Amino acid sequence: MTPEPILQVRDLRKLFPVRRGLFQRVVGHVRAIDGVGFEVQRGEIFGLAGESGSGKSTLARIVVGLSTPTSGSIRFGGEEVATLRGTRAFRRRVQMVFQNPGSSLNPRRSIQQTLQVPLHFSGLEPARWDQRAAELLEMVELPAAFRSKYPFELSGGQKQRVAIARALAVGPELLVLDEPTSALDVSVQAKVIELLVRIRNELNLSYLFISHDLSLMRNFTSRLAVMYLGKLSEVGFTGDVFTAPKHPYTQGLISSVPVVSAEEAALKPVVERIRGEIPSPTNVPPGCSFHTRCPQCFEPCREADPTFRGAGFEHAVRCHLYPEGDGA
Amino acid sequence: MTAPRRRGGAAGAVQDREPVLEVEDLRVSFATFDGVAEVLNGVSLEVRPGQRVGLVGESGCGKSVTMRAIMGILPERAARIRGRLRFEGRDLLTMSRAQRQALKGNAMSMVFQDPMTSLNPVFRIGEQLSDIVRWADRRRGEHRTGNARRARILEVLEQVRLPDPARILDAYPLQLSGGMRQRVLIAMALLNRPRFLIADEPGTALDVTTQDEILRLLNDLVRDERLALLMITHNLGVVREMTDHVYVMYAGNVVEEGTTAEIFAAPAHPYTRALFACVPKLSGGRAFAGIDGTLPDYTQPPDGCRFHPRCPHAGERCLTLPPAFAIGGSHRSACWLHEGEGGAA
Amino acid sequence: MSQVGIGLSSARAEESARRRAWRRSWYRFRRNPAAVVGLAMVALVVLAALAAPLLAPSPQSAGTYVNFAERHQPPSLHHLFGTDNVGRDVFSRVLYGYRVSLLLVVFVLGLSVPFGVLLGLLAGYYGGWVETVIMRVTDIFLAIPALVMALAITAALTPSLLNAMIAISLLWWNWHTRLIYTTVSSLRNEDYVEAAKLAGAGDAHILFREILPNCVSVISVKVTLDAGFVILIGAGLSFLGLGARPPTPDLGTMVASGANYLPEDWWESVLPGLGILFAILGFNLLGDGLRDLLDVEVS
Repeated sequence: MTPEPILQVRDLRKLFPVRRGLFQRVVGHVRAIDGVGFEVQRGEIFGLAGESGSGKSTLARIVVGLSTPTSGSIRFGGEEVATLRGTRAFRRRVQMVFQNPGSSLNPRRSIQQTLQVPLHFSGLEPARWDQRAAELLEMVELPAAFRSKYPFELSGGQKQRVAIARALAVGPELLVLDEPTSALDVSVQAKVIELLVRIRNELNLSYLFISHDLSLMRNFTSRLAVMYLGKLSEVGFTGDVFTAPKHPYTQGLISSVPVVSAEEAALKPVVERIRGEIPSPTNVPPGCSFHTRCPQCFEPCREADPTFRGAGFEHAVRCHLYPEGDGA
Repeated sequence: MTAPRRRGGAAGAVQDREPVLEVEDLRVSFATFDGVAEVLNGVSLEVRPGQRVGLVGESGCGKSVTMRAIMGILPERAARIRGRLRFEGRDLLTMSRAQRQALKGNAMSMVFQDPMTSLNPVFRIGEQLSDIVRWADRRRGEHRTGNARRARILEVLEQVRLPDPARILDAYPLQLSGGMRQRVLIAMALLNRPRFLIADEPGTALDVTTQDEILRLLNDLVRDERLALLMITHNLGVVREMTDHVYVMYAGNVVEEGTTAEIFAAPAHPYTRALFACVPKLSGGRAFAGIDGTLPDYTQPPDGCRFHPRCPHAGERCLTLPPAFAIGGSHRSACWLHEGEGGAA
Repeated sequence: MSQVGIGLSSARAEESARRRAWRRSWYRFRRNPAAVVGLAMVALVVLAALAAPLLAPSPQSAGTYVNFAERHQPPSLHHLFGTDNVGRDVFSRVLYGYRVSLLLVVFVLGLSVPFGVLLGLLAGYYGGWVETVIMRVTDIFLAIPALVMALAITAALTPSLLNAMIAISLLWWNWHTRLIYTTVSSLRNEDYVEAAKLAGAGDAHILFREILPNCVSVISVKVTLDAGFVILIGAGLSFLGLGARPPTPDLGTMVASGANYLPEDWWESVLPGLGILFAILGFNLLGDGLRDLLDVEVS
């Protein structure tokens, strides 16, 4: 089966103006996304890993069309999202599951009413809404009787299942999952992830999975990209990135993850710790944006922003430590 | 899990010291709309000087309530507390309010969870820290000059490895990064030289790299100051790296306890085992088992073992609450499956 | 998850969602004694207004009845609040007076609240020039003191109850606009609004089906407190002779005409005044606890 990209992001940028003073003059920009490019193949689970301030949530919103990029291109199934945005056809193909189950469901609306919104606006006749809602709940392993409940009666895991059901209502091809389990306990998380795996297999979906939880990434994604201050620092197959991380940031991240067994601890790269904290996106360091914290920082890092390099983009890294070439 | 134990073994001298905190058969219930919620169903634990104890469990298991009961910050109106709570031998539940107040923030201290919300945004860091010192002095009936307070504050800010402490004093919380704010919270807890520290989910609000630093700082401080640390967390990885002794909680009971090494080498209780199975492993190989069912309704809790409705090994006996059975060393599991392995405690 | 981790048992789940929500809210409301008292007081006022013909010992006192034999009688079992200068039963007139007060409340709030809320929704949601235009106009109206303006308007037109109601309505909507504007400005960024957009919802759906239901508790509390103020302003206008005309029984007018006979025949002025106080106090206390009753979220 030849890989067919369902999502292609090229040189994406999103800048937010920073305004100060009485007249709200623009004094600078938050470079939330600063030249990001990657592809999600049809049927794969692609991970986007990053900490706070990396820009991953902004990217998620742009991919689903809730926000517009400042420049760059996003193609979905070959067509530009910029032209597709807001159309019913696009909505049916890309949907999102939000991070916080507590706030992604309207507290004043019953589950039935919440599920009806996508059904209503995708043109389904009202007579079929009730039945379709029951089907959706069944798909996410919730009893159909939950239709009459309100969000406050549901646990975090149950709410997140409803959020997934809502996203599936229109029959999308790509689901963007923005930290879908960060707010959940690990046992609940396991069940939700299990559900997501099952649904993907049954419905042939593709996932763009965004998280800061590296252990979860390791188990759930087939390929991933690591994001730092609006740029991708490393992209590759999950197995490769974890067994042989190239970028010092990736190495530092993996070595900071608290693990539960000695076997896992042995798998962690032995590296010098990352210093300091992530700088503010309004104040991105010159040269390589990571150089202020990088334990392997050397001359070129302060001056020039490295380009992507590595094995035909199969395991690419944006770092001066590696020789240029092997990729466009 | 009742009387204090004297035991030799790998933990060595620590185990022989008198416990700083002793919780015995703690039961807490709340009056709620749906009835009386029996949240804590007989929790027992101990923390010794220099020992790092983890209290691990998922949300709703009662670890927060346990923490609040120990610190004395439960909502008095609604809560009924029974059992024994002893701090350095003194009974916390029967002492006068004034005596209890004197301990809070002094000998017993707490590092709060969320650095974003635990600091008052409209006051400078120096003012907030100074207030803490002043109030503690007042409770002890002492008095210090402003300069003496400032000296102490700067000393502690250096201890938590904050760069340029003098500048921090004049800063507002929003001017500091998340990691720095967390260090300030730790400093707040250390100002009055506590002997016992509770850390509530330290670092969960922070990035993993920053969390790592904060946890190692906490580790060093506990060692340097010979503190007794009780760490509340839901993160098993943090428990493994940061604790010597662990209590696993489920639905208001301690279901398993032991040294960290014992528990991680061979988790015994079905809940603990299920929990371990749910944690994604850095080695890959997907283990998304999950645990069927949900937490029990505390107003109508199941008879006996509160985990049995979700347990794959449940049987008739489970309708009676099992005691903690010893299974080697300090390792104990409150499950009938382990009856007779080492004899009941 | 609630602080004490209360889960759901299947037995409880059978009870309908709505009923449980109401019972829970009522439970919390009950724990606020001031609010319960307020509710009782308001209930009495409403009852008095609605059932005045049945409850009043002397319904004819509400009209042009005169009985000079019983003028200026102090409060007694026969006349609970005494009689006024032409012999009418003051208690009966107070009951009928509540009709006027509540009519004022219903009219003023019924007009100004929907209008003000709609403007607030639009300004808060769309932002940009819509927001600028609406909010600047609102600001201008807010700068005008309501009572003074009401006085001016009713004095310019012929003083009557209707004109008083119109005057007050003209100045009441802006408070709601401002309140809803700030509420909506924060609500429009909520995840569930974004999710609705993603699902294809149009603006109308988002405004009225997603955002507005979350404003209900805010609006209700404000409306309850407003009721008290409207009664007060209405009484003030009547006191100055710019509101209801005699012989319509109106609390403010009664206070004014009864003032002539202070301090010997105090009941003719003071008791209607206390009637005003009772109504306003009831609404204020109720507004306090109303949020508990309406907030569906469990803490």
